[in-house]
Parts: sequence; C-alpha cells; structure tokens
Amino acid sequence: MKPDRSVDSRLLSAAGRQLIVFTLISLLGVAVLMFALNWLAGLTSSAAGGSRAAVDIEANTITTYLRDEPPQMNSMIATDAVSGMILNHVMEGLLRYDQFGNLEGGVAERWEQNGSEITFWLREDSLWSDGQPVTAHDFVFAWRNALSPALGSQYAFILYPVLNAEKVNNGELPLESLGVEAVDDRTFRVTLETPIAYFDRMVAFVTFLPAREDFYNATNGRYGADPHEMLYNGPYMMTSWVHGSSLRLEKNPYYWDDNRGLIEVINFAHMTSDPNTLLNLFKDKQIVMADLGATMLDEAMLQGWQIQSFQEGTVFFIEFNHRDERLTRNLNLRKAFYLAQDSGELVNRVIKLPGYLPGESLFPVWLRGVEDSLRDEFPAPMYERNIELAREYLQRALDELGLEQLPQMTLLTGDTPTSRMQAEYYQEVFKRNLGVDVIIDSQIFRQRLEKMTQGEFDMVMAGWGPDYDDPLTFADLFTSWNLNNRGRYASDALDAQVRIAQSSLDTEERMRAFGEIQRLIYEDVVIIPNYERGYVYVTDPRLRGMIRRVIGAEIDFTYAWIEE
Amino acid sequence: MSDQTLTEHQSTAGARPIRTLRPVDFEPLPASAPTAGMVRPSRSYWQDAWARLKANRRAIASLYIIVFLMLFTFVGPLIWRVDPALQDVDQISQGPFADRSAILVAPFERWDGISLEQGFGDGDGLRLASQPTTQQVRMLWDAVPEASAYRLYRNHFEPQSALVLGVPIASITRDGVHWYEDRLDLRARIYYYSVVAVDELAQPLGQPQTIVADVRRVITLDEVVARGLTEDPAALQPGDAIELSLHPLGTDYLGRDMLARLMAGARVSLFIGLLAPLMFVAIGVLYGATAGFIGGKVDQVMMRFADFVVALPFLLFMILFQVVFGIGPGESGIVPMLIALVVLSWPATSRLVRGQILQIREEAYVNAARLLGGSHQYLIWRHMIPNTLGVILVTLTFAVPAAIFTEAFLSFIGMGVAPPTASWGSMCNEGLKTMLTHPHELIFPAVMISMTVLAFNLLGDGLRDALDAKMRSSV
Amino acid sequence: MWSYTLKRILQGIITVWFIATATFVAMHNVPGDPLSSDRAANETIRANLEARYGLDRPLFEQYLMYMGNMLRGDFGISFTQQNREVNDIIREHFPVSATLGVLAVVFAALGGILMGALTALYRNRLPDYIIMFLVILGISVPSFVFAALGQLSLVNLNAMMGFSVLPVAGWGTVSHMLLPALVLGLGTMAYLTRLMRSSMLEVISSDYVRTARAKGVPPARIFTRHQLRNAVMPVITVLGPAIAAITTGGFVVELVFAVPGLGRYFVQAVQQLDYTVIMGTTVFYGTFLVFMVILVDLVYGWIDPRVRLK
Repeated sequence: MKPDRSVDSRLLSAAGRQLIVFTLISLLGVAVLMFALNWLAGLTSSAAGGSRAAVDIEANTITTYLRDEPPQMNSMIATDAVSGMILNHVMEGLLRYDQFGNLEGGVAERWEQNGSEITFWLREDSLWSDGQPVTAHDFVFAWRNALSPALGSQYAFILYPVLNAEKVNNGELPLESLGVEAVDDRTFRVTLETPIAYFDRMVAFVTFLPAREDFYNATNGRYGADPHEMLYNGPYMMTSWVHGSSLRLEKNPYYWDDNRGLIEVINFAHMTSDPNTLLNLFKDKQIVMADLGATMLDEAMLQGWQIQSFQEGTVFFIEFNHRDERLTRNLNLRKAFYLAQDSGELVNRVIKLPGYLPGESLFPVWLRGVEDSLRDEFPAPMYERNIELAREYLQRALDELGLEQLPQMTLLTGDTPTSRMQAEYYQEVFKRNLGVDVIIDSQIFRQRLEKMTQGEFDMVMAGWGPDYDDPLTFADLFTSWNLNNRGRYASDALDAQVRIAQSSLDTEERMRAFGEIQRLIYEDVVIIPNYERGYVYVTDPRLRGMIRRVIGAEIDFTYAWIEE
Repeated sequence: MSDQTLTEHQSTAGARPIRTLRPVDFEPLPASAPTAGMVRPSRSYWQDAWARLKANRRAIASLYIIVFLMLFTFVGPLIWRVDPALQDVDQISQGPFADRSAILVAPFERWDGISLEQGFGDGDGLRLASQPTTQQVRMLWDAVPEASAYRLYRNHFEPQSALVLGVPIASITRDGVHWYEDRLDLRARIYYYSVVAVDELAQPLGQPQTIVADVRRVITLDEVVARGLTEDPAALQPGDAIELSLHPLGTDYLGRDMLARLMAGARVSLFIGLLAPLMFVAIGVLYGATAGFIGGKVDQVMMRFADFVVALPFLLFMILFQVVFGIGPGESGIVPMLIALVVLSWPATSRLVRGQILQIREEAYVNAARLLGGSHQYLIWRHMIPNTLGVILVTLTFAVPAAIFTEAFLSFIGMGVAPPTASWGSMCNEGLKTMLTHPHELIFPAVMISMTVLAFNLLGDGLRDALDAKMRSSV
Repeated sequence: MWSYTLKRILQGIITVWFIATATFVAMHNVPGDPLSSDRAANETIRANLEARYGLDRPLFEQYLMYMGNMLRGDFGISFTQQNREVNDIIREHFPVSATLGVLAVVFAALGGILMGALTALYRNRLPDYIIMFLVILGISVPSFVFAALGQLSLVNLNAMMGFSVLPVAGWGTVSHMLLPALVLGLGTMAYLTRLMRSSMLEVISSDYVRTARAKGVPPARIFTRHQLRNAVMPVITVLGPAIAAITTGGFVVELVFAVPGLGRYFVQAVQQLDYTVIMGTTVFYGTFLVFMVILVDLVYGWIDPRVRLK
C-alpha cells in the first residue's frame, strides 16, 4: 500500500465526505428521535409545562423541590415529614399554627376543653375542593378510619388518648364506640380516656385531618395516591403529581382564609436530596430554596446568597442498651463513655453546620416551658469532657464487672453518609480516649430498627423527633412501657414523673416533672446527647415569608409571597 | 499494532527479487554435508507470547503501572507508617501541601462572657474579647435594650449589604447575653463577623455591626502529645511554634491521612478486584471444562443452569445480595461483595471455556494424539489446557477492571464496604460531597481507580494480542 | 425456525420463574422487617399490617400466592407507598429508564461507529490519538465521576451564558435527557469505538476491499458498501445486551440527575426493604433482559444470513 499514496488519500477524502454525510444523517435521526421522546415524555410526565425558573413573578409561581417522593397523601396513614409537609398545604385540621407558631383555629372556629370532653365548633365557610362544606362527620369518619384495624395505620397510636381508641384499634370494640361524636354538622365532640392538658396541640397533627366518607370509599383504597383521588380543604390543592419527579400545588378557590395562599402555584419540580444536585439547581436559578451541606457554605458566601439556618427539632443521641445481659447496664461504664467525648467537638469539627446545636439534653431548646423556653427554666446538667475522669470510671466499671479489659463494644448506626461519619468519629474518640475498641454496625434503616428492637447493640446512634408541641413527646420516650424505648431503660422514678406530666393539668407541675426527667436521664446516663439537628438553607431573595416549622409543615409556603 | 507488522511483512515480500537459478542448485548434497541449521532458536508458546507482549509498549507500560500499584499497596504502608484511621481534628479536609504551622496555647475553657484578654474588648460596638484562634473566637457587643434576640453571622468576604451577611452561626435569645464564643470549624484565615439585633417579629433593629477577625492556628499541649509532635513536651511553652503532622496528599473529612487511606483502600479494592475474578474464573473454568469434556445430557443441564444465572440482572442482584448477606457489626462487607460477585459472574467464563473445549476436542491434532494412544490426562495437560489458558488469562485480565468498577459502584450508592473500612469507591463517594471545596478528596481515589482500570485493560489488550493470533481482530 | 423461537421463549419463561423464585427466597432471608417504622408499632397495629400484606401466612403459602399473583401480572402493593400498586410504579418509572437507556444507546452507537471509523481511517494520526485518548478516559473513569463533573460543568456553563442552556437535573423534556443520556452512554460509547476501530481495520485490509479497489470501484462506494457496512456488523451484535445493561444500570445517573427512573426507585426500595417493589422490579427487569436477548438473537439471525440458528 505504501507506494500508492494517492489511492489512499482519495479513499480517505471520500470516506471523510461519507462520514460527514453519515454524521448529518445521524444528527437528523437523533433530532427526530428527540421529538418522539419529547412527545413520549409528555405522556409520562405533565409537570414539565410552565416555567422552569425559580420565581415567576407574572404567573405568581414558585418552583422548588421535595427531599423525597411522598409515599402517599392519605393523611390517616402518612408517617413521614414530606407527606406531612404537602398535607399541611392542601389540608386543614381543626386547629393549626399561625406565622409565629401559635395555635389557632383552623376548620374549628373555637374550641373548649371541659375535663375529658373537648368540643370544637366548626366554621361555616370551610369547604371541600368540590364546594361541599366540611362537617363534623368528616372528622368522625377520618378518626375512626385511622383507628380501623383494616387500614393498619402506623400512627394510630397518636389517637389513643381518645376514649376507647386502643380497643377499637385492637378490634375489641366496633369503630362506633370511639369517643368522637358529630353533635350536629358543625359541632364535633371528643371524649378522652382521661383529661390531658395537651390534646389541643395534638389535634394539629396530620393523623387528625378530616376526610369525607363518600369520596374516600369511592376511591377504592387509593385515597391519596393521585391528585384526583383526594379532596382538599386547605389553602392549596394538588393538581398534578408525577411520581418520583414532580408535584404541583395550585390555590384552592374554595378555601376560606384570604390571608393564606398568597402564591398562586407552588411547583415542586424535583424530588431529590442530593446536596450537590440541589446546590446546582439553586445556582442555576431553578429552585427557590435549597438546603446546604457543610462543604457548600464557601460557595454560598462566594455567591453572596442569603443564608439562613433553622433547628428542625429532632434530637440525636447515643442510646445505651440497658438490658440485663449487656455491659452497658453498668452506670460507671456509661459515665466513662459520656465523659470521654465532647458533643461540641462533634458539631464544630465534624458536622460543621451552623444550624446544629451540640447536644446537652433529651429536650431540645425549642420546647416551651411555663413562661419561657423549657431549657432556660430548667438548664440541662451535663458532663464536660474529662478524659482522666472517664478512664477512672472505666476502671471502676471494670472492677465492678470483674473484667480485665473491656471487650469490643458494638455501635449500631444507619447507612446514611452522616450517620456513618459520626460513627467513625465516635469509634476513634472512644479508642483514643478510653482505649476501648468500638465496632461499627452500619445497617439500612429497617434492619437497624430490627436490631434496635431485638437489642442487638451496646450503643446505637438514634434520634427522636416531636409528634406534637409538648415536652411529653420527648419525655415519655424512656418510660418502661414505651415500645420506642429500644434500649429498655427502666426506672420507676422516671415512670412516676412521666405519669405526673401526662395526667396533670397544671403547667408548672408538669414542667417541674420534665425538669426532673431531664435530671434523671442525666444522672443515669441513659443517653449521650449528640446534637439537635439543624438545616442551613438559601432562599431566593424574592421569596418572602417562607416559614420553617418544628411542628407542622417543615417548610410552609402558605404565608409566603413574592416580592419584586 | 499487530496489523502493522502484517502489512510490513507483505510489502517486503513483494519487493524481494527472484534469484536466478544455476545448475549447481540441482546437484545433490553429499551425505556428510551439514543440514541447514535452524534460523532462530526454538521458542515455546509462552516465550513467543512474552516476546510479543514485550514488543507492545502500552502493555509494558501497563505492567509497570501494575507493579507500581502493588508496591503502593503492599510496600507503601511499610514506608508511610501512618494509621489510616487516625483522625487529626486539627487538620480536617486539608489540601495537599498545606501550611502546617501552629502555635501552642492553653487548653480550651468555656468563656463566661466577661473576662477579657489584654488589649482586647475595649471600645464599643462589636469587638473581639481575645486573640482569635482556631480554638475559639470570642466577641461581645453592646446590648440593644429593645432587642429580643441577636443574630450572629460569619463571612469569608466583607459584607456588601445588610441582607447578605454570610453564614448565620448563632441566634442568641437568652436575656442579658450579648457575647458569643464561636468554635465552628475555624480555620486560619480572615473572617468577617456581623451582629444584628432583632425585635420580637424578627425585624432587624438598626444596621449590622461588622468586625474582622484574623484567626491564628493553634494547638493545645494535649494534642501535641497525643499526635507525637514533639520529643520533649515539658520544654514547650504557650506561644511556641509547632509543626503539625505531615499529610502529603492532604486529609479527608475526618482529618484522616489521604495517602494512608488510599493505601488502605487499595488493599480492599485490589483484594476484591483481583480475588473475585480469580475465584469466579476458576469456578467457571472447572464448570465449563467439566461440561465441555463430559458433553451430552450433563452438558445440556449444566449449561441451562449457567443460562439462568446469566439472566439475573447483574447490578440488581449485586445490591440484593449485599442486603441478603448483610454486614454484621465490625465486618468490612468485603466478603459478601466477593461472594455476590463470584456467584453472579462465573457463567460467562464457563461458557467460554466450554466452547473452547468443545472446539479443541474436534481439532485434528487432538484426534491424532488420541489415535496415537494419548491418555485422557495427556490430552488434557498437553492440548486442552495450554490451548485454553490464553483465553482464560485474557478473561481474567478483563475481569479485574470490571470487578473494581462494581465495587466502586456499590460503595458509591452506599451498599459497598462498611465503615470504617475504606475502599477507593467509598472514598470517591465521600469525596463527591466535598467536591466543590476540597476536590482532592475526590480526585485522588478517582485517579487510582482510573489508573488501575486502565492498566488492566491495556494489559488485557496486550495479552490477547500476544497469546492468541486468532483473537487479534475481535475485542 | 418457529420451533426454535418457541423453544427459546419456553426457556425464557423458565428462566423468569427461576429469577422470581431466587428473588423470593432472597427477600425472605433478609434480616429486618419491612413493616417497622420510626415509631414502634404495638402488637395491634403490627398484626393489622401483617394481615394486610399476607405476611401472617406460612412461607410456602406466601410463595404460592406470590407466584399466582405474578402469573396474573399482579405484583401487589408497595410497603412504603401503601396505596400504590407495584404495577403502577413500574408502569410510571420504567418508561423513564427505558427512554434514557434508548437515548444513551443511540448516542453510544452513533458516536462509537463514527469515532471508530474515524480512528481507523486516520490510524496513527492526530484524530486517532485524540479519540483514543477520549476512549481511554471513557473506559477508565467511573460513571459517577462523569455524572458529577458533567453536572458541575453544565452549571458553570449556564452561569457563564447567563441563561439556562440545559437544565442541570430533573425530568420532563428532552433537554433534561441530553446530559444524563450522554453520561450514561459514555462507557458504552468508548467500548463501541474500540470495537468499531478494530473491526474497521480488519475490513480495510480484507480481500474483498482490495478486490473492489482493484476493480476500480469509486472510493466513496468502497467506503460505504464494503467497509462501513461490514465493519458495523459486530457493533450491532452487542447493541442488544448493551440496551439491556444500560437500561437496568442507570442507577447512578438517575440518582445524580434526579431522574425518576426505576433504578432509583429500586435502590430506595432496597434501603426501605420494600419487599413487593424489590421483587416486582427484579422480576420485571429479569423478564425484560431475558426477552431482550432472545429478541436480539432472533433479529440478528434474520439480518445476517450467515448466522445459522442451531
């Protein structure tokens, strides 16, 4: 071939031309394919229409994201924060929280507690999204249904303060024996098992939302699975929901309160929790807000964004296993572990996010006491890191246990990057400061729960978030009867204090009980508090009035507006 | 490369002049005349293959890379004796070759908000209460009577407007407190602190006040001793300069040495990357050879079963197996991954080997050997194995990068090795989160993966060309 | 031919049964409880839930039930999304994965053929070196690194241009698909380029091309009719498995680009131990793979007469 260069080059140029033609044809083909796909994509997802910008002033629309796909919108079985957030936009319960976090009337105009009987008077103009009024029967139906054994709701227990609720849930009593009654269309009466002081604050929770019986039954078990299989009585209604991809809320024309729902359309155009993706989307001005990871703060400052932080209300801690056969049952051993670490170092050096607070107590700082914050009224006692003292306690524990050396301890944790990181951090801390070998047991969510329930751990990295706005939602966690007390801590003194907090109607007495519980948990080293979780987030400067709540919608757009 | 030699050979053949024949060429040679000696020494199959491999520069380069990787993995930890699990909390997410100087200070004690260091805290407005260090930055400001809370911000840049003040580091609501001690992830650099008083409706009262804090890196004596930074701790005085530990490739998000972790990760990644292919190729060879050799019904049944396994969606089942096997406390998760890889990967090799065996069985030379009375063992050892070995070796080489990728992929989605075990894949996964600020945490493990995968791919190419001329053209 | 097809399909069905059984056995050996949640359920709530999902029956009965339902094409309801059927989930999310997969394969095939042909034509010259360098990158860099870097560069590009050239994540329009599909197809593209290059080199030095040239066939015709066409054949054979592998392997890209595909769902389902979704997805993907391979074999036998179906 070498001698004949001309043939070679002729072939080459011809081939080159052919390749160009080939490229053009294939590009054309790709273009046609793209159109076809575009059409197909239009069939599978409809949310793409409309604006892609974070804020559309003309259409009064904002675009944002959801951390996860909401599993469903059936308020009676919803358990997670994302569904809870959407439900708080599209539904309204008897009571709700205002901009400042104060309890106010929702569907109920006013309410009155008289011992174990609470009566709610419903407002006239509260309507369903098909124009029919919301009546007391809708609450009776929803509460009964949430407790019905056939539904199998995981949050049924939250209704247990209502008379006969547990027995109804057991199937021992018929649904009709539940202590709820529609006196007339606009009067709803609840009878409680025993009088409790905080029931009105529980009523704002999603499981207590109404549902209309005829509509519910017509959906054939698919209530809340898709936008048209649901009725709304909140400021917004869901108009489209492309599973895993997007969800769109539009103002509900039948909603009674003009002061809410100022934004016409809320477009949740993405469902992802990947912090890099979110940062990129925000930077690209496609979403109106984004939660930031610690490593993104530099970028946020560089871009000159408005950064905000917020304590989300959940407390994280290392829970010890208090079962008989476990070494961690030894108080001095638990003290040694507590004293060997410093939650401040965890937050400041490892987590590095400003929204987080170093853990000091089981009770988070946002809980209200008698007048002020509970934690201001009853400051949390805590052990400061003291490595020498920790080693002393360890030695004492070893003597008591009759051991030469501590065997390996298991630290159970989740499989998320943050929980792994913290476990790795603690492993090193205990190794360095106590000389104790801690092995990490990192499990996916449900396997971790299983191991916690079975007690297959020495220490577990756990957390607890509030269900309602009362310190009791934290305080009863370590009672001997609580199934969530997976470390099986049992103390008569603590149980007694929780009983006081449950049954007393006197605020001061209750708060004293909480203070006492806080002290008991500290003295017995039931847990090592790690931190109170926070979020650091950026918002588009044009979005105003967005609220992040500890109780209720984690992100609340119902009071938000767009400022030009 | 191979086809180049082919064309050169052709062109020289075409150019060779034809020799003129003379009568002497037709005379018989005397019986004593020496027979023509061999032009070149006899070379075995493997010598020949090795020669061809040596001629392939890319393959040789990849061999060097592999040797380097082995040295890095096995000899490296002997030279760089840093514990990959040791956390240096003073140097978290430090880049390569960062400044390491620090000043010795007394241990940290919580500030009461009153005591001031000499030369600090005078004047009014927001002011520092002591020398800002990486241990803490203490500041105080004048109380605003009607304020219900103070918001404190920190920025890397000078705030340009009252709206954009930087990162909110604290919101102080407790009555009578108008001071703050910042300890959050302090680095040796300049910070701009701002404070804003807000009323009950969270509306700002007045303009924010801003100060500059030039933070100095410090270390306590305890930490100096714990990290072994000095020979003689008693001789040190507060204020002395200390060199922090050296991290040539920087540190990760927990302050662990990247180089040591890369070496530890190499052990895991290469362990899975080499052992899994070895195991499944061995199983595949045994299975395939058995099926091919026995033939008939047994072969049919065995191959049907292999087909079933091939049909399992690979990644889905890898993930599923990871969950089914589970990773117990303190386990690294390497074994489940290894088992899953072996269980799912052997059929491809077994099919290949079976095909080869079936083919070779019908070859004329095998028949000839059999007719000449060659025993089974002779046939297997002399013909079957040498003739399939090339294919097996090439499969093995290509299986290595695939296994390394699988490990990296699983670790990336969080279903791989369990902490605190490091693998390159899990390091990439972690590095991805810090990609924007500390790119070295992603780049180093990613480069290691790429280098290994590349080396084995090129070696595989080279081996294939060298071992089997028939396979040259296919990929 | 017909009996062959029938036999293959029968084998396929048995394979699917094997996959379904393997998944069932695997799932029921997983430690952990798909019904547990953050808030511990008392015995009542638990029993109610178990009854709802049939978990209270003996294992063999559950297996028969599962097989029976599967035959009717019913995979049951999801554990996490308690009012959605697994069928709905597959129906909604598989098209997304498939669309992404098909587009990725198209990119990979066109790019691979084009670049492979180029490298063969310009062997040992600059275009060859450039493309082979890219190929090496494509083969050796993990896809998650590509995905993250791709997204990052897109953001910077958008910021530089001052408008959104392409969206950085999400799903809905073709513009959302371009980058994920490209990233997804990159590895395959590199592989196909190598394949095309070597097959093209073989064809160039083949006898029929030499003959055609000697006969004076115009170069353009030689290129299209003799070289390209023959060189493409091996590329086409690997396309079938490539489509299947890409469609079922798009987890990473779906995660990074927030694409609501089935792969992302599967990973989430595994993390949540959502039995029904895991089993449904695996069986569905298994079936898809099995019949894809059969289809490709049949089609290939039909295209290329040299292949005799045995």
